[in-house]
Amino acid sequence: MDIAIETQQLTVAYGAQPALWNVNVEIPSLGITGIIGPNGAGKSTLLKAILGNVPRLSGHVTLHRTDEAGSAAIGYVPQRSAVDWDFPTTVFDLVMMGTYGRLRWFQRPGKREREQTRQALQQVHMEEFADRQIGELSGGQQQRVFLARAFVQRASIYLMDEPFAGVDAKTENMLIEILHQLRDEGNTIVLVHHDLTTVKDYFDHVVLLNRKLVACGTTPQTFTAENIELAYGVAGKQLLSRIS
Amino acid sequence: MSEFWSDYTVRVVVFGSALIGAVSGALGCYAYLRRQSLIGDVVAHSSLLGIVSAFWGAFLLTGSGNKSLWVIIPGAIVAGLAALLLTRAVTGLTRIKEDAGLGVMLAIFFGTGMMLLRWLQRAQPPIPGRSSLDGYLFGMSAAMTSQDLWMIGLIGAAAVITMLLFWSRLKILTFDPEYAAGLGLPVRRLELLLLCLMVIGIVVGLQIAGVVLMISLLVAPAAAARQWTHHLGKMVGLASTIGAICAAGGALLSAVFSHLPTGPVIVALVTLAFVASVLCSPSRGLLFRRRFVVD
Repeated sequence: MDIAIETQQLTVAYGAQPALWNVNVEIPSLGITGIIGPNGAGKSTLLKAILGNVPRLSGHVTLHRTDEAGSAAIGYVPQRSAVDWDFPTTVFDLVMMGTYGRLRWFQRPGKREREQTRQALQQVHMEEFADRQIGELSGGQQQRVFLARAFVQRASIYLMDEPFAGVDAKTENMLIEILHQLRDEGNTIVLVHHDLTTVKDYFDHVVLLNRKLVACGTTPQTFTAENIELAYGVAGKQLLSRIS
Repeated sequence: MSEFWSDYTVRVVVFGSALIGAVSGALGCYAYLRRQSLIGDVVAHSSLLGIVSAFWGAFLLTGSGNKSLWVIIPGAIVAGLAALLLTRAVTGLTRIKEDAGLGVMLAIFFGTGMMLLRWLQRAQPPIPGRSSLDGYLFGMSAAMTSQDLWMIGLIGAAAVITMLLFWSRLKILTFDPEYAAGLGLPVRRLELLLLCLMVIGIVVGLQIAGVVLMISLLVAPAAAARQWTHHLGKMVGLASTIGAICAAGGALLSAVFSHLPTGPVIVALVTLAFVASVLCSPSRGLLFRRRFVVD
C-alpha cells in the first residue's frame, strides 16, 4: 500500500494544552480517508499540521506525493468560517486563486488560467455564479466554490476541513460524487468529518482521533464499536446506537 | 486664490499631500481587509519615539537640528516595526494576549516619545528647529520642502510598485492565508512584506497627519471605498483617490486658514467621505438597506 502522508510522533500544542499528542498516522495514496473524533479532538489541527501551518512541538510530517511540478502543493479546503466572505472578490476570482501557485513571481493569471477556472466552476455546477460577489452565496455554494478552487490547483493531495458542515443533502451528495471522481483519478483525499452515520459509506480509510491516535486503518477494521467508544467515551455508545 | 496657488511652497505642500493620501489610501486597503487597523495605530503612535530619537541623533551627530524626512522617516520606520516585533515577542513568550501586548507597546513607545520630545524642547542650550517637532503630533504640512517631496515620492512609489508586482500573492494571503500555505507560497515572508508596506503607508503620512491621527488617513479611505465596490482592484484605486483628494484638500484648507492644523482637517474630510459612503452607497448604504435573502 502506497503511503501519501505520514506523521511520526506528531505533537502540537496551543499554549499549555496539547491539541495532538504523539500521533503516528499513515494515510494511503489511494482512497478517501476520514478523520473522525469528538469536538476538540485535534482533527483540524492534524490537517493544519500536515499543511505546516501550526508550530509543532515535536515529530515529523512527511509528504510522499508530489504533483506534476514537483512541489508538494496541497489542495486545501478550509472550513467555510475560516475566511471573510465579505472580502471584495467574485466567485471567479476566488476560484482562480487556485492557479496562483503555478504562476511565476510577478506573473498574473492569463488566458489559460481563466479557462481552467471556468472548467473547475463547471465541475461543481457554479458557472452561472462566476460574477457573483462571494458574500451572496449560500453555505453549499460557498463549499462548492472552495472545492473548485482546490480542483483548479491540480494538486494530488486534497485536505478538506468539514466540507459537509452546513450543507444541504443535495449538495452533500453532489460533493461526494465529485470526491469519488477525484479518488478514481488517483488522488489522495483526506476529510475531517463529523457525521458518524455516513462514515461507512464515504470513506475507505479512517483515522480515529482524540488528541491521541485511537485507531487508523481501513474502514471495516477501524470503525468498530470498541474504537468508537475509545474515542468518544460514554457518548460513543449513544452515537453508535443511532447508527445501527 | 490663483495668486495663492502660484506660491511655490503651497504647490509643494498640496502636491505632496495628495501623493501621501494616494499612497496611504492604497496601502490602507490591506490593513483594513486584514483587520489590522489597530496594529496600524500602534505603528503610528510608536513612531513618535523614532521621530524624536532620529531628530536628536542627527543633532548629536551634526550639531544642528534636522527635520528633513530623510532623517525622520527611517527613525519612524524603525520604531514602528520595533513596537510590532516586540509585541510579537511578548505575546509569544508570555501568556499576554495580542490586544494587551499592543496596548502596552503603544503606551510605552508613545509615552517615551512624548517624554523625550518635552525634554528636548526644554534642554539647554536650545536645539534649533525643536519647537516645530510638536507638528508631528497632529500634522503640519506647511513645513514640507521639495526635498521631503522626493523622499515621499521615492518610498511611496517603491511601496505601490511592490504592491502591484505581488498583487495576486498579497490578495490570496489577505483572503485566506492557510490556503496560501497549501499552495506552497512563502506565507511568512509575504506577511512580513505586507507589514512593511503598511508601515510605509503610515510613516509616509506622519508629516501631514501626525502620529495621533495618521491611522484615519490609512483606514478611512479604504473603509469608504469598500462601500462602493466588490472588486479589490477598484477598491484600492478608489481608496487611493479618496485619500489623495482629502489629504490635498486638508493641506490646502490649512494653508488658506493658517490657524487650522493640517491633520485634524484631513481627518475631518476623510471622515466626511466615510460617513457619506456608509450612508449613501447603493448596495451597502444604511439609507438603502435591504434585507438580502440568499438562495
